[in-house]
Amino acid sequence: MSSAYVQLVDIAKHFGPVKALDGLTLDIAKGEFVALLGPSGCGKTTALRALAGLQELDRGRIIVDGKDITFTAPNKRNMGMVFQAYSLFPHMTARENVEYGLKLKAHKTSSDNRANRAGELLELVGLSSHANHYPHQMSGGQQQRIALARALAISPQVLLLDEPLSALDAKVRTQLREEIRRIQLELGTTTLFVTHDQEEALGIADRVGVMRNGLLEQIATPAELYDRPATSFVAEFVGLTNQIKVEVLNGSINAFGSNLDTLPGSIKSGSGVALIRPESLTVKKDNGGNGKVISTSFLGSICRVTVSLEDGSRISAQMESYDASNLTPGTHVKITADKVAVFVK
Amino acid sequence: MTWKVKVWRYSIIGLVGFYLLMPLYSMLDFSTKPFAYFQKGRTLEAWKIIPSQPDLAISIFRSLVSAAIVMTLILILIVPTVVWVHLKLPKLKRIVELICLIPLAIPAIVIVVGIAPLYRWISINISESPITLSLVYSMLILPYTYRSLSAALDAADIHTLAEAARTLGASTFRMMAGVIMPTLRTGILNGSFIAIALVLGEFTISNLLNFKTFQVVIAQIGRTNGNVAVAVSLASILFVLLLLLLIPQKNRQKEVLDVDVA
Repeated sequence: MSSAYVQLVDIAKHFGPVKALDGLTLDIAKGEFVALLGPSGCGKTTALRALAGLQELDRGRIIVDGKDITFTAPNKRNMGMVFQAYSLFPHMTARENVEYGLKLKAHKTSSDNRANRAGELLELVGLSSHANHYPHQMSGGQQQRIALARALAISPQVLLLDEPLSALDAKVRTQLREEIRRIQLELGTTTLFVTHDQEEALGIADRVGVMRNGLLEQIATPAELYDRPATSFVAEFVGLTNQIKVEVLNGSINAFGSNLDTLPGSIKSGSGVALIRPESLTVKKDNGGNGKVISTSFLGSICRVTVSLEDGSRISAQMESYDASNLTPGTHVKITADKVAVFVK
Repeated sequence: MTWKVKVWRYSIIGLVGFYLLMPLYSMLDFSTKPFAYFQKGRTLEAWKIIPSQPDLAISIFRSLVSAAIVMTLILILIVPTVVWVHLKLPKLKRIVELICLIPLAIPAIVIVVGIAPLYRWISINISESPITLSLVYSMLILPYTYRSLSAALDAADIHTLAEAARTLGASTFRMMAGVIMPTLRTGILNGSFIAIALVLGEFTISNLLNFKTFQVVIAQIGRTNGNVAVAVSLASILFVLLLLLLIPQKNRQKEVLDVDVA
């Protein structure tokens, strides 16, 4: 992609026998918010650290804005980074932390400009009132906001977020996630976000890359990734899936009485396992049905129903809580599948 | 707090206070006694003649200069080394720790036998001043400074702080001077003050190598006048005590001011 602002080209890094990155190639457009998602050890953090210059590579090139920075020192790269661990300098106040990066560029910024810029950023993250607080006087969420302000103060070419929300509690995490997105859209900063939490990745990124064994399995918009997974790993890793044994014939399968198309990348014919989302299945009370309700879990407006089939296997369906109100454990039910394309492995 | 707990606490504090202060009181008592055993009453004679003791002022000055050199060596040599090992060579941590503990395991007399030829060479070719002892002192203080620095490094996530500083544009020097050193401030201060106490109190090595340091001069005075020697010793203990009290006092003030509002 020639329009790419950030290019990771065939980057590789081995730690002894472990391949953390195995020829990863990734393009990010200017102003885009890309999330890298994957299980522990898939190489997502190594990729981010390589872009920051904190990880040397065995192979490959890193290009930002047309300039090859593969061998540029981290302090010359102009990347803003927010870390998973709290990383504010403990002997500096919030304001001093935000000003730190600007002070290092003292020849370019006067002290008045520095103070103004720090003030603007503290306001942007909603912590102007905490400017003179030391890190140990702030909560985890506040510290991460200041860390974000500090990273943005230097007007970075790329903002790097290394699981910045994972140490926070659920409510603060959701708030800060939305705030990060708001600020990113406001400033238009190109951003790479690394997380193992799919809700986080799907919730705020323009595109999400799913990584496995040092390589990208698929990179796409959150909706495409969820609805049209390119590999069985992506289908299973992102969201919940039921695994149903099926026969594939001419690119389609028959599941729960419906003929469903298969997604590209699925097996072409023969026996396979279809990966069907719980929300694609509907469960209705029917005394002559082929399933029996095992349990229901109430999740607010929606409800997840676990059903045992005649062959002993279990499937999970997700439906409106109102529609599931008459489904108690032991109820005989009929299952139908929505006509959406599914992945068959 | 019930009265029983209060009594228990104050008893312990009283007991420890008595144990620690009794020797000092005894020193004060002895140093204020008249020189002749048959005279009665109290006198400050021993304290008054301290300034007129030969070699005393110059030996204090030399010991303080040695302490300053040792502190400088801690700052420019030991701190960067320990930080570097923690950041870049964590596998060497155990080995470095072991090396730093060696001076504690080897008796001073063995160290003297080992370094005597070296100091003979130093005396002939560089200087005869007792200040050259700061070289061997900077080795002797390793177990204490390494421990306090290591504890400070373990308490702060120095790795992340260093990386944060680097990504914000700091060179290695600015990262060390602007972020790492201030973060380790308490550890460095603790290590340095212990080092000063050790340098001012060291006797064996300087005496065996025939250098007239503060403690050696006190020992010499003690041979001619016990009261004066005890007065000088008490003064030096109080001086070092004052130095050691300085750091915790500073930190305590900071903690009281920093009220947690998060």
